[in-house]
Formats: sequence, structure tokens, C-alpha cells
Amino acid sequence: MDTIFALSSGAPPAAIGVIRISGTAAADALEALAGRLPSPRRPSLARLKDTNGALLDEALLLWFPGPATATGEDCAEIQCHGGRAVIAAISARLAQLPGLRAAEAGEFTQRAFANGRLDLAQAEGLADLLAAETELQRAVAVDAAGGTLSKMFADWRSRLLILSAHIESALDFSDEDDVAGLPPSFEAGWAGLHSEIRDLLERPRVERLKDGIRVVLAGPPNAGKSMLFNAILQTDAAIVSPIAGTTRDAIERPVSIDGVPFVFIDTAGLRAETSDAIEQIGIGRAQAELERADIILWLGPEGEGPRGSWEIATRSDEGIGIKDSARFTVSGLTGEGIAGLASGLSEAAKAILPGPGESAINARQAQLLGEAAQALATGPVDDLLVTAENLRSARFAFDRILGTVATEDMLDTLFGRFCIGK
Amino acid sequence: MGKKFDILVVGGGHAGVEAACAAARMGAHTGLVTFDRATIGAMSCNPAIGGLGKGHLVREVDAFDGVIARAADAAAIHYRMLNRSKGSAVWGPRVQADRNLFRAAVQNIVQSQSGLEVAEGEVAALQLDGGKAHGVILADGTAIDARAVILCTGTFLGGKLFRGEEVLTGGRIGEDSATKLADQVRGFGLPMARLKTGTPPRLDGRTIDWAALPEQPSDGEGWTMSDLTPARINPEVFCAITRTNERSHDVIRANLDRSPLFSGAIDAQGPRYCPSIEDKIHRFGDRDGHQVFLEPEGLNTPMVYPNGISTSLPVDVQLAMLRSMDGLGQVDMVVPGYAVEYDYIDPRALTRGLIVAEVEGLYCAGQLNGTTGYEEASAQGLVAGLSSAAAVLGKEGPALDRANSYIAVMVDDLTLHGVSEPYRMLTARAEYRLRLRANNAASRLTPIAMELGCIGEKRVGWFEQREAERTRIDAALDMVLPSRALVDAQADVRDDGARRSAREWLRFPTVDLSHISVALAVELDTDEDLAAELAEDAAYAPYLERQDSELRDLRASEGFGLPHDFPYGDVSGLSNEMVEKLMDARPDTLAAAGRIRGVTPAALAVLMVHAKRIAKEAA
Repeated sequence: MDTIFALSSGAPPAAIGVIRISGTAAADALEALAGRLPSPRRPSLARLKDTNGALLDEALLLWFPGPATATGEDCAEIQCHGGRAVIAAISARLAQLPGLRAAEAGEFTQRAFANGRLDLAQAEGLADLLAAETELQRAVAVDAAGGTLSKMFADWRSRLLILSAHIESALDFSDEDDVAGLPPSFEAGWAGLHSEIRDLLERPRVERLKDGIRVVLAGPPNAGKSMLFNAILQTDAAIVSPIAGTTRDAIERPVSIDGVPFVFIDTAGLRAETSDAIEQIGIGRAQAELERADIILWLGPEGEGPRGSWEIATRSDEGIGIKDSARFTVSGLTGEGIAGLASGLSEAAKAILPGPGESAINARQAQLLGEAAQALATGPVDDLLVTAENLRSARFAFDRILGTVATEDMLDTLFGRFCIGK
Repeated sequence: MGKKFDILVVGGGHAGVEAACAAARMGAHTGLVTFDRATIGAMSCNPAIGGLGKGHLVREVDAFDGVIARAADAAAIHYRMLNRSKGSAVWGPRVQADRNLFRAAVQNIVQSQSGLEVAEGEVAALQLDGGKAHGVILADGTAIDARAVILCTGTFLGGKLFRGEEVLTGGRIGEDSATKLADQVRGFGLPMARLKTGTPPRLDGRTIDWAALPEQPSDGEGWTMSDLTPARINPEVFCAITRTNERSHDVIRANLDRSPLFSGAIDAQGPRYCPSIEDKIHRFGDRDGHQVFLEPEGLNTPMVYPNGISTSLPVDVQLAMLRSMDGLGQVDMVVPGYAVEYDYIDPRALTRGLIVAEVEGLYCAGQLNGTTGYEEASAQGLVAGLSSAAAVLGKEGPALDRANSYIAVMVDDLTLHGVSEPYRMLTARAEYRLRLRANNAASRLTPIAMELGCIGEKRVGWFEQREAERTRIDAALDMVLPSRALVDAQADVRDDGARRSAREWLRFPTVDLSHISVALAVELDTDEDLAAELAEDAAYAPYLERQDSELRDLRASEGFGLPHDFPYGDVSGLSNEMVEKLMDARPDTLAAAGRIRGVTPAALAVLMVHAKRIAKEAA
């Protein structure tokens, strides 16, 4: 297997650059560059030379012999100066070495996963961590990569295995006197597991966190939506993506407020009747946006907005749009009230998003957990075979979440708990 | 002999007999070599055939017109349908057999099988030429040529018997082991290791106080092991149940150091599901007693098999333990129990046809592959017999997979995972248990057997008649019934005007065939077993449908082949541990690779990418 390397810190130029190496040739690579192998897990300063003996850079070297490393393989780190030329030169030198090549995207994680240093749920958490752009996203991803989710899944799985072992022993060893019927705790154990899985499924999903909370500005034409839209974007809230919104009639912008990711969507004005075909298409899209929205800011006449939308009064010089019980009153022109609205939004977001330290699942995990929950939904039934089949189906879902195979584990559980055999 | 066979089978136990007969039924000219013609069909341990999971294997072998079910019916003296109170997918038909009748029945089938010849002798060596097996050489120097050889040597390869401090060489008490052959097989460089198993002492039934013990009668029903057996023929006997107690446990505990299992004489792994009594007491010390079934070994013998106390304790300890139990106070022990340690071949060296991947023309079946039990042996014998004959005759082997047979579940488990203890069939091993029922083996497998050409006229006739009946019942089950009709037939359903097919009504737990039969005014029970089978299919339909999508995925990746020489070591992204496991098992499809423990979904993705790249480069 090739040894891989990659620049693991941000894009140069930067103060330092960290180049990671993983694979059997990692030690050779350090020796080739520095002329020696530092002692394991101790930072050591070294002068890196090219093939002609010319100095490339002075850098800090770290040597981690496998398998107790991030990837499970021999690993090394070169912390060099962060200039483009330095990094390019070191990378070029590494690529010349036998058995070394630049890593492909995700390859370090893939190796860690393949070597059992991470399970699938942790690997997914790590991917989210690397892609995290806001502080909240990072906190939740750290949680997943740290294995909180994995631990929970593994705990559920082992409880499933125990339930299965009870059923299977009743099925395969029922004529033996050690195997009585199902224990009284069986039903409660089942119900507890089912409700915990359902609870997690009802919690906020990690995609909301990645993609941002969708805030739609809605109201009839000329209600001041665009002005408010621009006003929000001009506050301290950072525009995190330079990509200008969609090409559709709805314009969307990702924004971070207090570290919380949002997407603001400015829709075409809503008019009940229009003969203009293009405008009709725009209205159709606005309708679709409203359905996807987490929060709707309604700038139209009071009480006429979609259910659950926030009544926003827009104060303008003409004084139009004053509402009796507006949630917020803002002026797109002067920026008055915008900060209040922003903090109101970020407050509301906390109910929609998973909090730091709270485990959030992604769509794939949710789908498989949903299958498991569905298989468990009926609870134990009279026909033990159907009960066993439902448990197997739930186990199959967990196998796919964690990437393990369970029949043998179930048998281990079974033989470990019962004195079986004639 | 001195002639040339298509297939030569070494060993006359359950695997050997089934392999030889299957190959002969396929039309291959077959020979069977055994130490002693008279031991063909001997039952070395428990005189019972079938049980949970095992009964499925027996019925499946029968669906291929095999030997074991017919011989069991000829010898049965006690019948029980284990798990009768549960769903039929886990019913375990089990009979106790008269040893002598069983052996006679097997020998009779072997003798009357055309195309099959039996020879006596110790096989001293395989004839090998350029990595290809083409016959054997007997200890007297006689050479027998064959196009393929099937080894079914059971525990006889390097077999060693242990009883207390005594150690004997042999595969079964009073018989030699095949040491020369074992030496040669070890020389192949095949991965081999040792396992242990054990057997209990045999008792003189005339010295048991039967009156003091609860009886376990035969079930008095009419079912048989083979579809072709018209009725039960032997008188039925009863068994009795006793228990070990604190006194028995004290005797055992005081002498644990004299058991070869604990003294260190045996270090091979024994079966967890069939532990010796000393093991049970050691591992589950809190139990105050263990059940022991006293099973008569035949109609004309006083010998009794005490099921549940396999042991290798010294003779005096065995007797003291026995006499501590109710009903056994005066018991005489005719043959003491013993443990056997033997060589087995790591079955990961075999393919799904049970051929040794590295030695062309060499097949292995039975206990030699690390399994336990007559039924497991017999099913493997069938697979090896059919595959070897198919190969010699230029046909495709049997199309078995985890979704159509317990046989394939076992072969797949063996060849992918290997074994860490003697392998026994359990229904828990079969993911698709709901569709793999002992009572639908014929529906699942006889069509495959007919395609292969390994079944006789009689079974073909029986099956065709059954298919005609199936068509009739299927048509009836498709008929639509209003709820009123069910209520009128005394079924406990709500009369809400719903109209459903008879098949859909059967999903209701309160509706069974008798209701349907009345409601439709159609006689459904002319073939009781078949009608019950179709009714169960209907009742389990929602679960079978849910499995169907799982099976589609399975069969898609079953279709993705991995060549035998796939360079796992070159695939980046695989851990060393995974590479090792994959190299040992050499899975032939991506699906099989995914079933190997420790091979993750990510690793499968990597394998697939690599395999595609190789295929592209080759193109």
C-alpha cells in the first residue's frame, strides 16, 4: 500500500504549514529529508534537505509509529514554514520518494476507518468537522467524531443483541431446562430501546446545521422584503459564502449570526392572482420555499401570512406596514431594529439546531435508525419468529450504521449468557 | 478394484455415504473406500437424527433424494417435533434411531445404489500429480485411480481419545485412526488445527430404575423425516429424564484436575453448545442441576444413551457421578464416555463446492471441515458429491445460496468464517429463516435437484403431483372473500365489508386454512403439508416482502465476482488484518467478502473500485 502525504493545514501562505504522512514509508521519508528519525512522539527540530543537500526549510518533525496513531499506520508530521514555495518544495521532494504519493481527498480518514481507528459514525463526524464553517457546526461535529454517537449506537446494538439472544435461545434451545421463557424485563428493555431511538430521531438533524436555518422573507410585492434582506446582510453578520444566490426568482444567501448558520431567502412577492406566466412560476417557487422554511418573516398585512410566520412591521418614511402586534419592527432604510431581529433569530435557532454537546444524526443515520425504530414498533408479538425477525431487521439496520456484522456477535452473547447444550 | 472411478470417496460415515450416493445419482462412476464395510452408517455418538436446525438439513438433503432421511425413517423408534408450539420455521423434526436398523438401512441404500462400489482398506496416501489429486493408495499398496477424491474422514485424521489420564489413538472407540493419511494431508500445507468433541458413557438400561423417572414419550403423530416415507414402521419407545444434582457436581468438582480438559492434555476448542458436564459445572457453577435425557439406543439392545453428560473424566468418577442421580443409583456403565481430539482442515481453504482451492480434484466434507453432527456432515457430503460429479460430468454445480437453504448457510459460514469451535447448525444462523422451513424444503430445493439430475423417478413423480396440487391451492388462495364469508366460517374477524383475497385473509392471526376452506367451499387439505406451507407463506408475506429488498442487494453483490487470485495485498485502504482474513477465505463474490467479520462497508467499496480497475485494465 502506498504511503500518502498531504498538506493538512489551511491554504498557504500561512504562519506554519503542517504536512502529514501516513504509511509504511513514513519513517523513510523523514530520514530522507532530515537524515534521521526523531524519537517517537517527541517534537524535534530538523533541517530538511533536498536531493542535492540544499536546505529546504527548518522544521519541527513528529514521528508516530503505528498502529496507535490517527490512521492506524506509521505517521509523521512536518511542521514547516507556511509559505507557498516552502510547502511546494517539500511536497515535491516527498513525491519523489519511492512509495509516496499525494493523498486523495478523505484518504487519511478512509485509512483510519479501514484500520478500525474510527467507525463509520465517527468517520462521518470527522468529515463534518473538517467541513464545519461555524463554531456551532464545529462543536457538534467534534461530538460525533469523539464517538458520542458511536457509543450510543454501540450501546443500543448491544442491547439489541441481548434481546435477540433471549429470543434465539428460546427458539433454538427451548427444550433445555436452562432456557425458560422470556425474562420479565424483556418487554421493558424493548420498549426502552425503541423510545430512545425515537427520541434521537426527533432531535434536530445535523443537515440543518450544515446547510443553515432557512429564513424566508415573504409578503406581497413592494412590502419591503428586499430592503430588509439587504439590511440584514449588511449588519455584522458575516457573509460566509461569496456565491451569489440562486438563479431562480428566490435569492438566497448564507449568513452566520452569533456563530449560527442561516440561509436568508428573498422570495418573489405573493399575489393571489396574476396572469403573467413567469410571475406565476416565481410565485410557485416562493410557495415551495415557504414549505421548506424553518422561519418565515411576514411583511404583508397583519394576520394574512402563512401559519406560524413572524409578523414583521417595516417602518418606512411613509409609515406603511405598522402592525398592532408585530414581533419585531424594523427599518430597512435606517437599519433600526435589525440587530434586535438578528438576535431574535439566533435565539430561535437554538430550538431548531442541535446544541453543542448534543448528538445530531445525519440523513443516512436517520434513515437506518428509522428502519430500526420501525422494526421495533410493534413490540414483542405472540409469534416468537416474527419477534425475532423484527429484531434481526433492527440489527441489520445497526450493522449498516456501524459497519459491522452481527450474527456471530449475537451467538457470542447467547452462549455467554446461557448454559446450553446436551 | 484396481480400476478407475470418476469419484472416489474416502470414509463411510454420514458425509461419505451421502457424497458417494449423490455422485452416483448424478451418474458418476463412484467408489467408496472404508476401513470396514460393516461400519458404514455407524452412529458414533448420539443415536438421534434431526433437531433444531439439524432437522432442516435432513429435509434439505432429502429434497435431493439423499440417504439420511430415508435411513432415519427406517430406524426411528422415538419421534419429537421440537418447538412444535412455535412458528413452523423453527420446528425441528427429530427422531431417535435404533443404531442397528440405521446402519442396516444405510448399507442397504449404498448396496442398491447403481454406479457405486465399496472397497475396504486404509487409505495411506492420495495420488497427487502436479497439484492435482487423481486417486488414492491403500496401505497394502493397491492404487485406485479417480478423477476426483472426496475426503470424509471425520475424526479419524490424527484422532486421539482421552478418558481421565488415559490417552488412546483412534477416531472412534475400538477403531484405528488414519495417521498416515493425516501426515500426508498435513504435508500439503493446508491450514489445519485441532478441535475436540466428546461423548457420554453408555448405560445398561436394565439397571435403570425407570419407574422413578418422568417419561418422555414419542409424539404419536404421523410425520416422517423423508417426503417419500409413507408411514412410521417401527414400534415407538419412550425416553426418561433425570438430573444431575449437588452430589454429582461435588463428585465432578473434586476430580476436575483429572479431566484432560482441565489438566491441559487437551487444548483444542470444544463446542460451546455441547459442553461436557465438567465444562458446564466449571462455567455455570451457580446451577444446581442439569437435565439428562435417557435415550434407548435400539429395540433389541439394553444400551441407553444419557444425553447431556458428555465427559472425559476417569472411569471411576464417571460411575460415581452417574450413580448420584435419580433412577441411576444402581446403574451399570457399559462403555465409559471419552473426549476425541482430531485434526480438521480450516474450511476457508475450500470453495463453495467444498473443493480444496489449492489442490485440483480434492474435496473435503463432514467433521473433517470442523463441523459436528451427522446432519451437518451429511449435508456437506451431498454438496461435495454433487459438485464433484458436476465438475467431472461438465455440468453446473447446485445453485444454493443463503436465501434458499440451510445447506448454503452452513457452507458459506464455513468457507468464509472458518470455525473456532465445532460448527453446529442453528436456526439463528439463517437470516432468511422465515422462508427456510423444514416443511418447505422440497418446494425450495427439489426443482434445483431435478435440474441437476440427481433424483430418482419416484421422487420426480411425487413432486410433479405435488406441483399440480400447488397450482390448485394457489388458485383457491387467490380468490376474493368478503368479511361476511369469514365471519360465517366462524373466523374471529370484524365484519366491516372488506374484501380480500384468501391469501391476504391468512395474514390475520385469527384466520387459518379451515376458515378459508369453509368460506370458499373448497377442500384445501388433500395434501395437508402443502396446504399448510402455502398458508404460512401467506401469513409471513409482509416479512418476506421486507426481506426481498435485502435479497435484491445481496444478489446484486453476489453477482459481483472476485477472482480467486484477487491481489488483496495491493489494495490500498485495507488493513493488514482484513487482507489476512480475505486471503484466508478467498471470497468468490463481493457479497461473500461483506460477510467476513471485520470487513467494513468502506473496505467493500475499496474492493469494488479495485476489482473494476483490474477488469478495465484487463479489457
